[in-house]
Amino acid sequence: MADKRIYSAPGDRIETKHPVTVNRYRGYTRLNHWVTAACMIVLLISGLSFFHPSLFFLTGLFGGGQTTRWLHPIVGLILVASFLLLFAQMWKLNLPRREDVEWSRKFGDLLQGNEESLPELGKYNAGQKMVFWGMSGLIVVLVTTGIMIWEQYFPDLVSIPVRRIAVAVHSLAALFTILIFIVHVYAAIWTRGTIRAMTRGTVTGGWAFRHHRKWLRELAGRQGSDPSK
Amino acid sequence: MSERAPEPVTAAANPPLQPLASNLLPSDVVKASATSNVPAPERQLTPVAKLIDVSKCIGCKACQSACIEWNDTHPDLEENVGVYENPHDLTADMFTLMRFTEYENPVTNEFEWLIRKDGCMHCADPGCLKACPAPGAIVQYSNGIVDFISDNCIGCGYCIAGCPFNIPRISKTAHVSKKCTLCSDRVAVGQGPACAKACPTKAISFGTKEDMVTLANERVEDLKSRGYDHAGLYDPQGVGGTHVMYVLHHADQPSLYSGLPEDPQISPVVRGWKGPAKTVGLAVAGLAAAGAVLHGIFARPNEVTAHEEGEAEELVEDRNRPQGGREA
Repeated sequence: MADKRIYSAPGDRIETKHPVTVNRYRGYTRLNHWVTAACMIVLLISGLSFFHPSLFFLTGLFGGGQTTRWLHPIVGLILVASFLLLFAQMWKLNLPRREDVEWSRKFGDLLQGNEESLPELGKYNAGQKMVFWGMSGLIVVLVTTGIMIWEQYFPDLVSIPVRRIAVAVHSLAALFTILIFIVHVYAAIWTRGTIRAMTRGTVTGGWAFRHHRKWLRELAGRQGSDPSK
Repeated sequence: MSERAPEPVTAAANPPLQPLASNLLPSDVVKASATSNVPAPERQLTPVAKLIDVSKCIGCKACQSACIEWNDTHPDLEENVGVYENPHDLTADMFTLMRFTEYENPVTNEFEWLIRKDGCMHCADPGCLKACPAPGAIVQYSNGIVDFISDNCIGCGYCIAGCPFNIPRISKTAHVSKKCTLCSDRVAVGQGPACAKACPTKAISFGTKEDMVTLANERVEDLKSRGYDHAGLYDPQGVGGTHVMYVLHHADQPSLYSGLPEDPQISPVVRGWKGPAKTVGLAVAGLAAAGAVLHGIFARPNEVTAHEEGEAEELVEDRNRPQGGREA
C-alpha cells in the first residue's frame, strides 16, 4: 500500500507546505553523521602526517608525534562504531535500483546542468550510493589493516611480511577515502541547498523535486497517514 | 674537553684518562628518516664494522651482559623453557641475543652447534630508516652506524615493517623503538662496542670496515683449510652491505643460523609504499582537492529554480487531496 516506504526512511516527511520543506535527516542521524565526519577529519589529518614527511608538522595539532600515533587508531575505532550506526540507517535506501543505471549513463548531463533529462530518483542517486558503498568498503579495509599494524595493542597479530602489505594497503585505502571524501563534500557544496539537510535537517521542496522526485512523491503520498509509520 | 676523541680502530683499546669531546656529531649524519635534504657532511668518517666470527663463538653471552650493562637496560626475567636463548627474543631491553641452532650436518654426519649473535646489522641501505615517518627518528652517520634518536621516535612500529632482519622492538613503557646502536656513544669517544670488548674468544671484533673485511678473509681461509669448504663472509649486498658482518662456516646456507636471510633486501612492498605511492598519492589527493575548488569557483552551481519550488508545492498539494479509497 501507499504506506510502505520504498524510497524514504523513517522520519522523512513533508514538514511545511507553503513553501514546501521536507525533513530529510532526523537530529539523531545528523549527530551521528557529524560525529563520523569529525572522526574522519581527525583521521585524515593525523594519517596524512604519517603518510608524507612534508605533512608531519600536522602532528602538532594533536600534541606531537607520540600522541598522534596514540590517537589515530582510537579515533578510528570511534569512527567505525559511529559509521556502523549510519550504515544501519542508510544501507537499504542505498541498494542499487534500475534507475541508477540510466542516471549514471547521463551523468554528463548532470554536470552540464541538464538535470531534467535524468530519471526520477528516490532518496539517493547513484553517485551518493557509490560514496556510501565506497566508504563502507574502505572503512572495512582500513579497520582491518589498521588493527594489523596497531603496534601498541597488536604487536604480534600478524607476521612482518603481512604487516608490510597491511601498511601499504592501509595507505592506499586511505588515499581512496580522501578522494571519496572530496567528492562527498564537494557534491554537497556544488548542489546548492544540500548542506542544510545535515545542519537543519530539512531541504526545500524544490530541492527534493529537482534531485529526488520519487522520494518527494512518496512523502507527499504519505501525508495524512499515520506519521509514526 | 677541547680535544676530539679519535675514531676507534679496535675494541681492545682502553679509554684515555683525559676526557675527550664526542667525535660523532650531528653534522656527520648522512641519512635521516623522513628528511629529504640532509646537508652534505663536511667530513667523511672512516666506515666502521663489527665482525662476528660465528666459528669462534662459545655462546657464553658475555656480549649480552656487556650490552645490558653499557646500555643500562633491564630485560625481564623469563621462564626457562628448555632452550638456550635467554631472553627468548630480542626485546626493547635486549639489543643483542645469542641464537642457538642444533644442526646435524648431512655431509659429515657431525652434530654442530651453531650460535649466532643476533642484532642490528647496520645496513648501508637501512629499511627501518626508509619506512620511518618521523623526521630524524632514525639517522645514519658517515661511518655507517644506524642509530635511533628516541626523542624523535613516535613508536609507530613502521621500522619493524621496514627491517629485513626483524630487529627493532618497541618499548612497552617508553613507546619508542629500540635496537643495537653499535655503541654509537662509545664510538663517539674512541671506544669499540661493549659486546666486542667483553667477548672472551675474540669472536667479536671491531674496527674499520676495511680491516674487518681483511680479518674476515683471513678467517675464511683458515676455516677452509680446516675443511669448511663453504666458509665465507656475510656482508649482504642486497642492503648495500652491512656494518655488522658474520664469518660463517656454512656461508652457502645462512638460514641454518636461526633463519639468517639468504638475500636480505628492503621488501618491494615497503619500497612501493615509501617510494612512488607517497609522491603520487599526495599529488592525486592534492589535484582532486584543487580540481574541486576550481570547479567550485568557475563552474555554474547546481541550483534549484523558483519554478521547481512551485512544482513541489503543486505535487504536495495534489497528493494531499483525498482520493477515493485512499484513506481507508
